[in-house]
Amino acid sequence: MARRENPEINAGSMADIAFLLLIFFLVTTTMNVDSGISKKLSEKPPPDYVPPIIKEKNIFEVNINRNNELLVEGDRMEIKELKEAAKKFIDNGGGIGKPGEDGTPGKPCDYCQGERSDTSSDHPNKAIISVQSDRGTEYGTYIQVQNELLRAYTELRNRLSKQRYGMSFDELEEAFKDAKKSADLKDRVEELRKKVEDIKIAYPQIISDAEPTS
Amino acid sequence: MAKFGKKKKGLPAVNTAALPDIVFMLLFFFMVTTTMRETDLRIENPRLPSATEIKKLEDKSLVSTIYVGKSKDPNRDGVGYNKIQLNDKIASADQVPAFIFSKRDKLAEAMHPFMTTSIKADKESNVGTMTDIRLKLRDVNALKISYSTQKGSGN
Repeated sequence: MARRENPEINAGSMADIAFLLLIFFLVTTTMNVDSGISKKLSEKPPPDYVPPIIKEKNIFEVNINRNNELLVEGDRMEIKELKEAAKKFIDNGGGIGKPGEDGTPGKPCDYCQGERSDTSSDHPNKAIISVQSDRGTEYGTYIQVQNELLRAYTELRNRLSKQRYGMSFDELEEAFKDAKKSADLKDRVEELRKKVEDIKIAYPQIISDAEPTS
Repeated sequence: MAKFGKKKKGLPAVNTAALPDIVFMLLFFFMVTTTMRETDLRIENPRLPSATEIKKLEDKSLVSTIYVGKSKDPNRDGVGYNKIQLNDKIASADQVPAFIFSKRDKLAEAMHPFMTTSIKADKESNVGTMTDIRLKLRDVNALKISYSTQKGSGN
């Protein structure tokens, strides 16, 4: 009897409406995590800067023309072959590396598994990849090329890292990041930093962008 | 039978009156936390190229974004995929340094080397535009850049 006198509004479907709104917002708002290929530009050279002379064999030349075709070391190539070619070039290890900053003489690359040919790069730290593109080259192609080159480096780093530390470089970096964040792993930070640096020095990423042709 | 009947009568319905409140709370939480795009795009939403070797941009407050792509209003800005948008205007590469300086003003001096410029460019824009931007960025010592890409599938 009491119910009839004072009827409650049925709020049962209110939840459905709210859920609908919630789901609508969940779907439409994108949590856009910004990610991309990161690059560090070189500093502006002083006006009287003379570029160092680099041996032809230490430069891996990649040309992209305005029709988005690739010319690698003078030969036409498909983008999917680029990674292997770059790996072969970086990992060649035909000579001795750069002398250390403290004056120690350069060492031959003892971790390289390349052909050690005389006509390719001396050492990963001397190997320079130069990407020259046309002003009219499509940005998408340019990024693809950069990506392939970076992949070549990543694979080499992963291989070396597995060999030396039993985990891939990605895992190593991940562990380093985790260690930096949490307090109880503090003593591992230094150790991991050294490992990460070691791999980075072994295979430094040297990709330079030449001025585009127009 | 009598027992069953008794039980049925005694069992009250679970009160769901508070459920909408909970859901609304969730709704508001999401509405507040998800940021809407702060600048409205003058160019068409760029179709980002995809790549596998990508890194996440860590700190949003240190990132300034430059958009490159096709204008939504070709009558005013002209056609082609090489329009540069800074803040919420179409601009030219010459205005990039001013844009970077205005972003720097908002941050402490010590943070300047960590600032990253994210370039969100359409697949079909040209490398020439990118080079123009890059040269201007180098002039003002904004050396960290990130080419915004989608996460692609490795092959």
